[in-house]
Amino acid sequence: MTTRSYVVVHETNYDYEYPVGLSRQIVHLEPRSTSFQTLRAHALRISPDAEILGTSLDPFGNPVTSLCIDADHDSLSVRAESWVDLKPRNYPEDPSTPPWDAVRARLAYQAGRRPDALDLEAARFLFESTRVRNKRELAEWTAACFPPGRPLLVGVRALMTRIHTELKFDPTATTVSTPVMEVFERRRGVCQDFAHLMLSCLRSMGLAARYVSGYLLTRPPPGRPRLVGADASHAWVSVYCPDHGWVDADPTNGVFPSLEHVTLGWGRDYDDVIPLRGVLLGGGDHELEIKVTVAPASDYETIFGERSELMRAR
Amino acid sequence: MSTASKSLLSEYVPSASRYDEMVDDIQIPRPHWRGFLSHLATLPMETMLGRSRFVQEAIASDGVTYNVYADPKGTSRPWELDLLPLILPADEWRSISAAVTQRARLLDAVLADLYGPQQLLAEGLIPPALVFGQRSFLWPAQGITPPGGVFMHIYAADLARSPDGRWWVLADRTRGPSGAGYALQNRMTLSRAFPDSFRELQVEQLAPFFRDFQDSLYRLSPTAGEAPLAVLLTPGPFNETYFEHSFLARYLGFPLVEGQDLVVRGDCVYLKTLRGLRRVHAILRRLDDDFCDPVELRADSALGIPGLLHVIRAGNVLMANALGSAVLETGAFAGFYPALNERLFGEKLAMPSIATWWCGEAPALEYVVTHLDELVIKPAYPSMQMEPVFGHKLDAAGRARLIDRMHRQPHAYVAQEWVRLSHAPTWGNADGSVVSRATALRVFAVATPNGYTVMPGALTRVAPQEGDVVSMQSGGSSKDTWVLAGRPVARIPLRRPRLGASDVATSAVDIASRVGENLFWMGRYAERCEGLARLLRAALVRVADAAPQSEPALRSLIKVSERLELLHTEEEAAEIASAETVEMPEVVAIETRFVSAVVDPKVAGGLAANVHRLHSCANQVRERMSTDNWHVFNRLPQRLPGPKATVSSALASLDEVMLACVALAGFAMDDMTRDESWHFLLLGRRLERLAHVTAMVAHVLRLPPAERPDALEWLLEAANSIVTFRARYRRAPELLPVLHLVVFDESNPHAVAFQLRELWLSVERTAAELGREVTSDVIGPLALALRDVKLEGFEPEEGSALEASCKELADLLGRAARAAVGVSDELQRRFFSHAGTPAPLGQGKARRPSEAWRAARVSKVDKP
Repeated sequence: MTTRSYVVVHETNYDYEYPVGLSRQIVHLEPRSTSFQTLRAHALRISPDAEILGTSLDPFGNPVTSLCIDADHDSLSVRAESWVDLKPRNYPEDPSTPPWDAVRARLAYQAGRRPDALDLEAARFLFESTRVRNKRELAEWTAACFPPGRPLLVGVRALMTRIHTELKFDPTATTVSTPVMEVFERRRGVCQDFAHLMLSCLRSMGLAARYVSGYLLTRPPPGRPRLVGADASHAWVSVYCPDHGWVDADPTNGVFPSLEHVTLGWGRDYDDVIPLRGVLLGGGDHELEIKVTVAPASDYETIFGERSELMRAR
Repeated sequence: MSTASKSLLSEYVPSASRYDEMVDDIQIPRPHWRGFLSHLATLPMETMLGRSRFVQEAIASDGVTYNVYADPKGTSRPWELDLLPLILPADEWRSISAAVTQRARLLDAVLADLYGPQQLLAEGLIPPALVFGQRSFLWPAQGITPPGGVFMHIYAADLARSPDGRWWVLADRTRGPSGAGYALQNRMTLSRAFPDSFRELQVEQLAPFFRDFQDSLYRLSPTAGEAPLAVLLTPGPFNETYFEHSFLARYLGFPLVEGQDLVVRGDCVYLKTLRGLRRVHAILRRLDDDFCDPVELRADSALGIPGLLHVIRAGNVLMANALGSAVLETGAFAGFYPALNERLFGEKLAMPSIATWWCGEAPALEYVVTHLDELVIKPAYPSMQMEPVFGHKLDAAGRARLIDRMHRQPHAYVAQEWVRLSHAPTWGNADGSVVSRATALRVFAVATPNGYTVMPGALTRVAPQEGDVVSMQSGGSSKDTWVLAGRPVARIPLRRPRLGASDVATSAVDIASRVGENLFWMGRYAERCEGLARLLRAALVRVADAAPQSEPALRSLIKVSERLELLHTEEEAAEIASAETVEMPEVVAIETRFVSAVVDPKVAGGLAANVHRLHSCANQVRERMSTDNWHVFNRLPQRLPGPKATVSSALASLDEVMLACVALAGFAMDDMTRDESWHFLLLGRRLERLAHVTAMVAHVLRLPPAERPDALEWLLEAANSIVTFRARYRRAPELLPVLHLVVFDESNPHAVAFQLRELWLSVERTAAELGREVTSDVIGPLALALRDVKLEGFEPEEGSALEASCKELADLLGRAARAAVGVSDELQRRFFSHAGTPAPLGQGKARRPSEAWRAARVSKVDKP
């Protein structure tokens, strides 16, 4: 089988303590198309009715929708349904990739040299950003994976494996705002923390790497049906490998993603691709429920008990 | 008698190693100073001392301040202006002006490229680290072309003169530089100190520059044919240069606004005024780039305008300067400008930057480390908040530390040649001595339809003592800068703006909604504090006297106070008691609950909490009050006793709070200017009193029949009507006369009927003045319904007929209380928030990030 078709349903529901009078949100919930991923259908359903201010591409090329609700509401629900096809990716053989230090050298600025266009684009992901630090101690920790002259992907795989084995997955250890250096010190966190740490390590070495936001297909326990909302958002990294393009690596699971990772979008770190961010007027406290379902496209009806309106419309 | 000039020259000791602005190597005055010096020669020393005092007094009376964050003496510090100007000749100025114009054009073009095609990056002329590695590179601004293609509407270059007499650029201010307003203020002050010199010396005027600026902003604004409205956006009174914001706003005729005064609707941004929303076409901002829009930029910014970037992208507002222009504030670019200017304009840069090394280039780092003594180390990214370090001042350990830091993060550091700044004579205020101090110029340029134009003058900054640090933040002084025209100058009067007045008021027509809102809540809270104080006094007096006959009255007081939510609940009280592990008898528990209602700010409906709310509202509209009025507000929180208050100390403070509140009521009626916004203060007071009295009386009417008679006396006290009652009836309170006095009597200013009538009138008057409906008509019908109530229903001493009357009246009063809340919400919506929906009651506005992402946690999945 060369392609796989998936459906992703990402539901976000807020219940507010007091009515919200005005809400402005920016939504990153539409999967982007890539060389290995085709977006077949996508729909955003918002309740209450929202004014869609525009749908555009953000500076990193991700589809983004901005919306505004200018009427009293006690709750907000955003449901994104996306149908994608995945093709197998062509990863280069690790040893065939250029030495990592040569990559670093060509990414470094040299006065009077015209940078390669792809290198220049990669330079957007070369420096510190809000959640990614560029630290000497990280470079020292990472150096073991990158001895001089080692092919880039050999090093990347070693680093990915090291983070996967040395860090403990622990959803209670961190919050969404835990700084990456704290994750590094305590050696635990969730996929977002693992991704930010791996980005920090790579950028501290002078390599370009970006944050990928997306989903992962999960398997229900044997004999059990797939449930609505049983899945979660996922995050991994992508490393710039000259002559090959960008290569994804998932340090949480210790794999190079292929047919089971659905890409939503990418940026310098999580802050660039927050699924839903914005400002409210009023509201008080709130309760939030997020339900993510990732399934083979053919399972939609079994899981949701009805055919997809979106696909029926087509 | 000695004259000023003689002392200036005879006692002045120029620095041996520096260029002196006034005298040459052999202490002969430079030609362009001779006119001024010969004028000084005619002035006796006393005159000079008098003028020096005049300058200081003018600064004080104009309220010119500069806030210093680290100043323990408080943030607001008087501006320092030296009596002696810095003088520059016409020909020298021509070359400075040309160089600054050229540089402004270059930087604007670089910004246009960085936020546009990024061709300069593609050609390798700018290191990506200086763009993508900088927080001040504003990603969401990428791809936006501002109106007219202009990014940098106002620019400042900090210039210094080296010992050989040449000028250098020390730093570029691209975000929206401060100082032009101070330069103008300096000129206004010094032109009054030396009126004759100005004429004789043919000093260039500053006014045309500001007119050009104003005119250019209007011309570039996307007005779509409307009369342009430009505003000056300030972070608020705590900003270091807030004086300048309000001064410039007045001078340019732009309303001074904070983020909350503006609102985005659809694709446009509007100013909220009491007369409605007015579209804004241009925003001159003093707010940092990333604070401007919490939706797309810093989510935690409460100072910005949600959705502003959307409006900017739609091309419907001009931002001066464009969002993202701060990216060129870093000194790291300086070394790349000569090549960039050649590439973009085929010209050499007329004025060089101070030699600058960006340590991100390996050879540069090497040079910097080996030449540290000759260099000043600065952060490459202004967000680093690092003070410049003079290499020659470091000891061995400090040197080693710095070098280590630079090796760790070479791209984060910039080294500049240490310039020995030129010196100029500076007046020693007290004794008339003249000393030599380091100076640097801040020169301003603004974009006009015909390119950049430079202000013929500058803000000259002076080092506070010996040394080369000239920042105002470090306590430096300033000088007016006289550029000699070398030809007759047309006298254009500097329009004298009114100073020291409101920092939030806008033009007479458009009063910002925020002003009305704060006055409205100030009125409500002041009235609420007074009402609470009376009720709590009635209760505490009865607690204190502990007489058996007080007990029934206290029981009803507790019930009513609980319903008004001004006591801890019994559970909360028990919790506090158990925390103190003291077994409390019931009477002590009652005492504690009422004392807490006075002193504990955690009791949400209590007096302390409301006094704090009142104080904070008053603080927002401080400039609208007389000093006496403000003092009453300011001392109010101190009148509350501490948490360990006794019944008697609580009672004493209640008396003081009440007196203060009465004084405030007097100020409100007799002392404050009655513009449109004042009506909202009055509406707030009336609404609050209506809500309070109706709620209180309704709760009393709903008491069990047996408890009601004991509540009447305290009700009269709490409704401030006991004296009238005694004078009128000379007997113990009975239900019917009490109700008549506190509900129906339109001549009693504390009665419900009086509030309804006055509110009705007040709403009509306000509507007439604003030319728009103030509220839907709910007050009038209530007033009429109240007039229809039959007093006879309250004649029986007891029985079902009386109970029916009581219930009916309680319901009517309940409706009135709810109507008061409804009108308050409606005012909030219509005049203050301008939203289609209400804000939560009593909270004003709460704006915060939606925190969608905070909870959006990702969890571990089974390995595939």
